[in-house]
This record gives sequence, structure tokens and C-alpha cells, in this order.
Amino acid sequence: MSALQQSFKNMMDWVDARLPVTETYEKHLSKYYAPKNFNIWYLFGVLSVVVLVNQLLTGIWLTMSYVPTADGAFASVEYIMRDVEYGWMLRYMHSTGASAFFLVVYLHMFRGLAYGSYQKPRELIWILGMLIYVALMAEGFFGYLLPWGNMSFWAGQVIVSLAGAIPFVGDALATWVRGDFNISGITLNRFFALHVVLIPLVLIVLVFLHILALHEVGSNNPDGVDIKKNVDEDGKPIDSIPFHPHYTIGHDLPAIVAFLFLFCVVMFYFPDGGGYLIEHPNYEPANPLKTPDLIAPVWYYTPFYSMLRAATFPLFGLDAKFWGLVVMAGAIALPVVLPWLDKSPVKSIRYKGWGSKIFLTVFIISFFILGYLGVQHPTPGRTLVAQICTAIYFSYFLLMPWYTSVEKTKPVPERVTMP
Amino acid sequence: MKKKAMNLKKMLLAVLIMLPGFALAAGGETPIPLDAMEPNLEDQASLQRGAKTYLNYCMGCHSLKYQRYQRTADDLGIPVDLMMEHMVFDSSAQIGSLMDNTMSVDHAKQWFGSVPPDLTLYTMLKGGPEYLYTYMRVFYEDKTRPFGVNNLLFENVGMPHPLVELQGLQRKVCKQIPLLADNGGEMRDPLSGEPITSEQCGDDLLHRGFSPLELVEGTGSLTPEEYDQVIYDLANFLYYTVDPSRLDRERIGIYVLLFLAFFYVFTWLLGREYTKEFH
Amino acid sequence: MNEDSVNTGRRNFLIGATTVVGSAGVVGVAVPFVGSWNPSAKALAAGAPVKVDISKMSPGEILGPIPAWRDKPIFVVKRSDVMLEELNSKNDRLADPDSQREQQPVYAQNDTRSIKPDVLVLVGLCTHLSCSPKFRPAIQPEVFDEEWIGGFFCPCHGSKFDLAGRVYTGVPAPSNLEVPPHFYESDSVIVIGEDEGTA
Repeated sequence: MSALQQSFKNMMDWVDARLPVTETYEKHLSKYYAPKNFNIWYLFGVLSVVVLVNQLLTGIWLTMSYVPTADGAFASVEYIMRDVEYGWMLRYMHSTGASAFFLVVYLHMFRGLAYGSYQKPRELIWILGMLIYVALMAEGFFGYLLPWGNMSFWAGQVIVSLAGAIPFVGDALATWVRGDFNISGITLNRFFALHVVLIPLVLIVLVFLHILALHEVGSNNPDGVDIKKNVDEDGKPIDSIPFHPHYTIGHDLPAIVAFLFLFCVVMFYFPDGGGYLIEHPNYEPANPLKTPDLIAPVWYYTPFYSMLRAATFPLFGLDAKFWGLVVMAGAIALPVVLPWLDKSPVKSIRYKGWGSKIFLTVFIISFFILGYLGVQHPTPGRTLVAQICTAIYFSYFLLMPWYTSVEKTKPVPERVTMP
Repeated sequence: MKKKAMNLKKMLLAVLIMLPGFALAAGGETPIPLDAMEPNLEDQASLQRGAKTYLNYCMGCHSLKYQRYQRTADDLGIPVDLMMEHMVFDSSAQIGSLMDNTMSVDHAKQWFGSVPPDLTLYTMLKGGPEYLYTYMRVFYEDKTRPFGVNNLLFENVGMPHPLVELQGLQRKVCKQIPLLADNGGEMRDPLSGEPITSEQCGDDLLHRGFSPLELVEGTGSLTPEEYDQVIYDLANFLYYTVDPSRLDRERIGIYVLLFLAFFYVFTWLLGREYTKEFH
Repeated sequence: MNEDSVNTGRRNFLIGATTVVGSAGVVGVAVPFVGSWNPSAKALAAGAPVKVDISKMSPGEILGPIPAWRDKPIFVVKRSDVMLEELNSKNDRLADPDSQREQQPVYAQNDTRSIKPDVLVLVGLCTHLSCSPKFRPAIQPEVFDEEWIGGFFCPCHGSKFDLAGRVYTGVPAPSNLEVPPHFYESDSVIVIGEDEGTA
């Protein structure tokens, strides 16, 4: 051992006696044993961390030039776009990042659904993940008001008015959220505080807990095989490899670079996404007297927005507006209890029966259709389709205890299968 | 208007293909189809002419308050002293000033009934420069309107035709055209076999492929082709002001993408070193 | 394991190469973040040159710190004949009497640190920690200096400058007050913020 290595070791011993740096490094990286049969679906967790970092950094930098007032907000965004050096780049990194965040999170969630990553003992990982998703939706919603464009204003108006659907307290609640009788600078100011301080803090804590819980029980894999059943004499699972460097450098780094490439294609060449990422009504400042022709949320909310609009009839003496809220809130909340809805003896879709396969497929297709309908003007035909898809969405979850317990599953192999 | 007829089919096709996108892109349906134009931000001469037209004819009412004179001069390759001398009419403005105008809100309301909108971002508010390109070419005489003109694209428009001295006055065309039966064919009189016609005017003619407007000879100083070019330049310029960093962005983007592709090779080769052990 | 030892060289090379290219990427990503802290077009526009009319100034008077350039206070002083006579009388007490350090444009690197001998233009910020010094023109003993011949005194940390903005020795400020770029547009109008003929 050279003198340099020796002095490094001495330094680390000193630090480790006071702060468990080496222990943490080993537990979460070099001696975190991940199943060796990960496939491409296992990249989206790390990619969402990459996007999170991007959002935090560009977001902090944007606040340096942004003015959170009704008079100043819109002009300050244009100030960022033209007067601040590279301001346009920071803003487009942030606005593109918002969509990228939801994209990778949706793919990450689909992976969890398909491979049963929510099943025992990973229930808490799943619940924490769902909380992250809800926090992310809130973060996106609050952030969307900040450019103070006309679509920002009316989207905020519509969603806050949703609270008004709650019987008895609804209107008072909506007024309380706005802090005014209509969306105003007061609302903008508090949404700004929530968007840049509170929700990011919540997100970071939840992500931390999500990863902590994952590393406590270990990662699932495409086969849903418990790799801890087969361990070598050191207690290391045979079908595993150290997360670092084999996955970090071996899989994740090239994937991150490839992802950044796609990200940059959108960011540099299609930052407004043809009007879907930055909507055309947002090219004029908020105007409380002029509703845009079509109020559609950004694509990542549209499936739930469709479900909201699909509730068109009153029930049990309560009006349709209230049920729309219930349907939408239910659609977001229901996946939380997923670990207890799945009665299947196997985890992965690979070994589940036809029932699970058909329901998952139809579920995903419905989700896409709902997403598409959310950016369209509602017509009676479209509303009917949305209602059918909403029913499918809910039956995927609510019928799961039934179809997962009656279907015939395939035998799960003892060891993982390599792709 | 010839251009319009030619582009009609293309437009229809585009509408069909991009049906979902169209509702957003155009901000709803327009009363007449928009004429196609391809903005070209590399064409500095066009942008300069467009800026000059804007500052001469539009700036009095419509500000460009998010954009600065300096930035415009730099991006369009206009020397600062020429810009200050020939294009900046606000005596209090400096080269670094925002391109705001001095019209007060009260005056504007008195003259026009509302405040003329700022146009820095206008073309993208309308989904692209095509809207403005069409709008500026379909003013027509209408004595019932306060400013004596109306607009096919924007019914009961609240502004005068600012470029009427260039384009000249247009009038709505009215002519007898055959009625169409439900099956799409021309309706004919069952006895004589003559087509049954009715008088149609303006935009109603457009749907049948006829020019809706005609120019009153000798009222404009430019030929229709020259005028189209003026409006193209104007729309091109206003497309530039929406996102003046666009060319920079697209240029930097290439380097970033090349770098990432180059970097990917290294990360892929390095990654393979760590994955081939267990594959 | 045999294969491993064969590949060590290749692996180390790739680690090195990836690190180098990746570091270049990190530097590239830092560019917009660092660049966005530079003065924006708005700040540059607000920092444009300012014009000052000195026709109404009488000898011994200071104009300022009313004119501001780049949001910094500017001192314009019209020195009286008495002031100018005394100006170079105690140069041994000054740290840089000949203005060797580049705290002024070349056209102000002279005995009076000015274009016209009587008119002094200074950035009114102490070169110590950027407080704005006070104008004390009277040639009389002061509490902070028994042999005061007029000048500027900084109340924050006691730095002293003469009537050409030159710093005394034995005070915290390290160098003379800065003379901004300026020129005479006419006899009585000074343009502060740029050299003649640059715009």
C-alpha cells in the first residue's frame, strides 16, 4: 500500500468513525446486490432522478430572474427568454423537463405494474412512489400557473374550481385556496412558494424514503424471483451483481446519455411541442375576461382530466360535478392500495395468467385513449368512449382480487432468466 | 388570392392529417382557411424589411414591449446608428430600451374601444405566422364599420387597414354561382337543364374555389405580388420576435447533440466492460 | 478472471476517456448556469452612458452623487484654483500619486486625474469595501486628519482620498478612486460611461 493510499485510508477511518460514509457507500452502491436480469424497464428510476436534479437546478436558477407578481410574472418570463444570457435555455430545460419527468415516471410505474414490484415485501416502496407521483402532479400544477399566461390562468381556474364540487364546504375551500374570489396575484404568490419551496422539499424527502425502502428489501426483477433464496457462502445472492459499478456504469450511464440526447432533441428543436408543451394561449398574459377556446391540461394530466369530464350525470342526489371530482380523485388514489388488490401467487406478468395479461393491456390502452380524449373538445361520442375507458381503468384495479385469484399462473423458475 | 386557391387543397389535407393538433394550433377554427407561408429567420433582408414596415405602420398602436431595439438591431444585422436614425421614432427611446410605444391606455380606449394588443408574441398566440399573413391581406371595404373596412378573417375588426395605401382597397366579390345539391353535384332546373344559381359574396365564394375579394384598380401603390412580399416580411419579422433566440438555439443544439453522440460511444464502450462479465 | 486482467488496461483507458469527455460535458452544462449571472440586456441598457451638464457648476462644488452610472454614484467636482494649487503639495502622503495603477483611463492619468484640469469625474465608491466616501472640500484640520487639504473621507472604515481621488497611505483602501470612461460631448456636457468615439 502506497503512502498516498495509506493516508487516504487513515482519513476515511477518521471520517467513518464519525459519519458512516463507507458504510453508506457499500450499503447503497458497491454492496447493494441487484438482480442480474434487469432489462430496459429498470432504467426509468434512475432517469427520473436525473430529471429531478435538472428540475431543481434549472428551477432554482429561474427563480433568480422570475417575478412572482400578477404584474411582473409574464414579462419576467419574456425577460428570461430574451434578456437573460442563456435564459431561454434554462427555461426550456425546465419546461421540457416537466414533461420528461412525467414520461419517465409513467414508464417507471408501468414497470412496477407489469412485474408486480408493489407486492409483498415492497408495499411501502409502492405507496411512497404513489405519494411521489401525487406530489409531482401538485408540483406541475402549481408550476403551470407561474408563467401567468392565459392558459396558466384558466387551467388554474378550472382545477381550483374543482374544490368547489365538494358539498357544503367546496366554495369556501376554493376561495381559501385562491386567497381571493378569483385567481389573482395573491394565488400566484402562494403557488410560487409551494412550487419552489414546499413541494420540492416534500419530493426530495419522499424520493429519499422511496430509495431507502427499496434498498432495505432489495430490488424486484422481471421474473419476480426472490434472489435472496439462493445465496453463496458470503450471503451474497448468486443471481445478483453489485449495483455499482456494474449497473451504474454498465447500464445507467449510457442510458442517461441516450436519454439526454432525446431530451435535447425536444428541448432544442421542439420546445413548445407544437403547442402541446407550451400552449398557444400562453403567448398572451392572463386575462380573467377571456377564456381560451379549448382548455386542455398538459398531456400528463389528460387521462385524469378525461375521467373528470366523463362524469356527466348526477347520482344519489349529488351533482355530476361532484362525481367528476370523486372519479378523478379515486383514479389517482386507488393505485395506492394495489399491493392488497393483487392476490396472485406470482409477481411478474411473465408468469401471471391470461386475466392479468388482458386486463393490463386493456388498462394501458384505455389510459392512452383517455389521454388523447383529454386534449379534444368533448362530444357525446367521445364522452361515451371516455366513460367506457374510465370503467376499464377502475375495473383493472377493482376486479384484480377476482381475476388474479381465479386465473391459472405459470410456474416461476428457481433462478432468474437472462434476457 | 391565386395563392389561396392553389393552397386550398393542401390546407384541407393538412387539416385532415393534423386534426387533433389543429384545434390547438389555430386556436380554434378560422372563418376562412389560412394561407400557407414558410417563415425564414435566416433571411435577414426580409426581417429588416419586416421590422421597417412594423416600426413605420404598426408601432404607433401595437407595442413590442418584450423586445429591445438593441436586440433587434443585433439579430437583424442593422447597424445601431442606422437603427436609431431611421427606425426608432420614439424620441425618448434609447437603443437598449424596450420597444414600447407611447400610446396611453386611455387614448387607446377612446380611439379603438380597447387597447391594441402587444404583438411581440402574437404570431405564436395564433399558432404560427400564417394567421397574420392571411389577416393582413383580407381587409375589404365595409362602409358600415367605423373605420370603413372589415376583414374576412376577423369579422367586425376594430382597427383600420393600416397598409391600405400600399395594398389598395379591396371589395367583396359577388357573383351568381350554381347551387349545390345534397349529393355535391350542381343543382339544375329539371325543365331547362340550366344550373340553378344564387348570388354569393365574399367568403361564401371561397368555399367554392372563387376569389372572395377584388382589388379596386389604382388605389394601392404596390402590385399584389409586392404587397404579399411586404406582408410576408412583416409576418416573418413578428415570427422572429416571438423567440429571438431561436437560431442560436438550433445552432447550439447541433453541437450539444454531436457531443452527446460522441460521449455515448465512450459510455457504451465503458459500460460494456462492466456488463459483459455477467452476460 | 483471466479475461479481467487482460482487459484492465482497456478498462482504465475507457474510464479515463469517459471521465475526460464527461467533465467537458459538465463544463458545457455549467455554461448557461454561469452565463445567466452576467448582467442581462436589461442591466446593460440601464447601465448605458449618462450625460451630465456642468454648465451651472461653480468652483469648489460637487455634483453628485446624483448622476448615477450603472447604479453607481458618480462624483463630478469642479475644483477651484486654490484646490488645484494645493492638490499636489503633499504627494508624499499618497500611496499612488502618479496614478500608476490602472484606476483611470489613459487620458486621466495625469496630475489632476482629469481631462480638463478643474473638472474631476470619479466613481464614488471606496476601493476598500465599496462604501461611498463623503466630500470634505475645506482646507482645514479635520478630526480624522490634522493637515487636511480637502478630499474625500470614507466614514465606513476611515479611508482618505485627496481631491483627485488619490488614496492616502496608512488607510485600508488599497488604491485610488476609479475614474470612469468619459468624454466631453460639448464644452459643458460630459458623457460618462464610454470613451470618445467608441459608439
